Amino acid sequence: MMPTKILIPLNESDVAPRFDLATEVLIVTGFGKAGSLDKRMVILSRASAEQLCHLAITEGVQTVICSGIEDDYYQYLIWKRIEVIDSVIGSSEVALRRFVEGTLKPGEIL
Amino acid sequence: MRMKKVIGHIAKASIGGSIRAVSGRNGATPPQINNLFNIPIDFFELIDEIAIGVVVLDLNRKIVAMNQTLKTFTGFSQEEIFSVACGHILRSNVCLQNCPVLNIREESGPKCIEGNLINRDRQLIPIRITSAPLKNINGHIIGFLETVEDISLLRKLDDAASHAYKFNNIIGRSPKMEKIFQILPSLAQTDSSVLITGETGTGKDMVAEAIHQSSSRSKGPFVKINCGALPETLLESELFGHRKGAFTGAIENKPGRFQLAHNGTLYLTEIGDLPPSLQVKLLTFLDDKEVFPLGSVKGFIADVRIIAATHRNLEQRVNDNRFRKDLLYRLNVVRLHLPPLRERQGDTQLLLDHFLNTLSTQLGKKKLALSRKASKILMSYNYPGNVRELRNIVEYAVNICGDRQVNPKHLPTYLMDADQVDVATGVKDPSSFETEDSGFKNSEPQQSWSDIEKSMIIEALVKVHGRKSKAAASLGWARSTLWRKMKQYGLH
Repeated sequence: MMPTKILIPLNESDVAPRFDLATEVLIVTGFGKAGSLDKRMVILSRASAEQLCHLAITEGVQTVICSGIEDDYYQYLIWKRIEVIDSVIGSSEVALRRFVEGTLKPGEIL
Repeated sequence: MRMKKVIGHIAKASIGGSIRAVSGRNGATPPQINNLFNIPIDFFELIDEIAIGVVVLDLNRKIVAMNQTLKTFTGFSQEEIFSVACGHILRSNVCLQNCPVLNIREESGPKCIEGNLINRDRQLIPIRITSAPLKNINGHIIGFLETVEDISLLRKLDDAASHAYKFNNIIGRSPKMEKIFQILPSLAQTDSSVLITGETGTGKDMVAEAIHQSSSRSKGPFVKINCGALPETLLESELFGHRKGAFTGAIENKPGRFQLAHNGTLYLTEIGDLPPSLQVKLLTFLDDKEVFPLGSVKGFIADVRIIAATHRNLEQRVNDNRFRKDLLYRLNVVRLHLPPLRERQGDTQLLLDHFLNTLSTQLGKKKLALSRKASKILMSYNYPGNVRELRNIVEYAVNICGDRQVNPKHLPTYLMDADQVDVATGVKDPSSFETEDSGFKNSEPQQSWSDIEKSMIIEALVKVHGRKSKAAASLGWARSTLWRKMKQYGLH
């Protein structure tokens, strides 16, 4: 089964309020419903929405969970067939859990 | 000012009165302000009346209340925002990078910072945040009040204001240029003939093109012809066209520039050099708007706007019987005189900066700055060739300069010679402009850029004993550029 890859820009342990200002990223690889989650932190040299989009593409990410994101980058990721669940406010752990459960929606305040 | 008033108003209300219940979420008692009026007033209703965004935070920077303006602005509702950290709702770079609230002390006044936020519609909006402490009656901070203003309109106005010294590609801040910038837009909208006068290099061609581009004829052609560049017979044929067989060699019909400029603008540069016989023909066109190609009995009605330019004194030429007085009057409907650079106070610096920026980008160089000495030389020079000469000097310097700073050694040496004149006036310290180690010395004004570049390459190659990669590095070029230029100048 093809692993699911999720990218969450972080601000400490929360989903970063701004996609373009995040310098830490959590990349999670999941292997099916019963499978384990492989988590990896990536530290960026500088905050950059372009760099994050590039990272999402090169890493083969299928879903980006974020909060505030500019429409240009949102549309770009969608165009690159990456699902974007934006305006998510709260802990990245909770967001991830809700995503795995299939209940995370855009605009959720966790 | 407006924000300070708002903050002052709320702060006074909070201090002078008291907010009874800081709640109001999910049907709880709405917070009220007591003792301000005879009866308590609803706090939310009060802040909702304010036309700029207002948010009240607790000591942990969590949202206590937000007015309707800010809710609309951010896209969040009251139910969503209550007790959520401010940064998650405002999503402003100010909150994340330089939170003003963090530095607020009891003795602090309001802090104002500009930044941006991303709202729920994923729009990036420039904002101005003003933060102030909220104190209890004992003077202890119990929370914070922030106002958030959308400054996108201000930013747009700023952008427009920063370009107020610009019309198309013409730049200037001097009073004389400002007058021209005021005239040009309205002038462009008319169809009158324009006569542009001014010394060489003052930008006559640019003004003519700018008038065309800003006019209703901008979709039509802009045809330029230099009246001094062609022999009389050829010029007549060029201007008015000819029919097949009109003269020996006229093997086919040829439309003239008037015909080509139909529905557009015909720019006649160096009109002062127009031969007298053609002056009559031009005069006829200006009267009848009809051109007769050579050898044709059938005229062509050309809808053309005429812009003429010259660096000559036309009145003097009229007195010398070298230019027709009636043509001058017909062309001189609107006259624009472009001032020489020496009369444009303050524009030299502006143009220097502009050309330095644009040319360093165009030539693929790093952003360059002028050293104080180089700037002094350039500012004290007279520029007989006006803006064109200034541009060429900057282009020369950008090409020569391998550092980040343009020093006197990167400027054409004739500027130093010209500057020697000023030594007596104390403008320049003669010892400060040594050019011996400038990399190359030969930069006479009459030399073409190609000659200078060629000698630069030779000197660089000699210096590094023919090693091309080192020579390229010393010139600030890529090896391929050096190779291409060596081939161009036959330096193999």
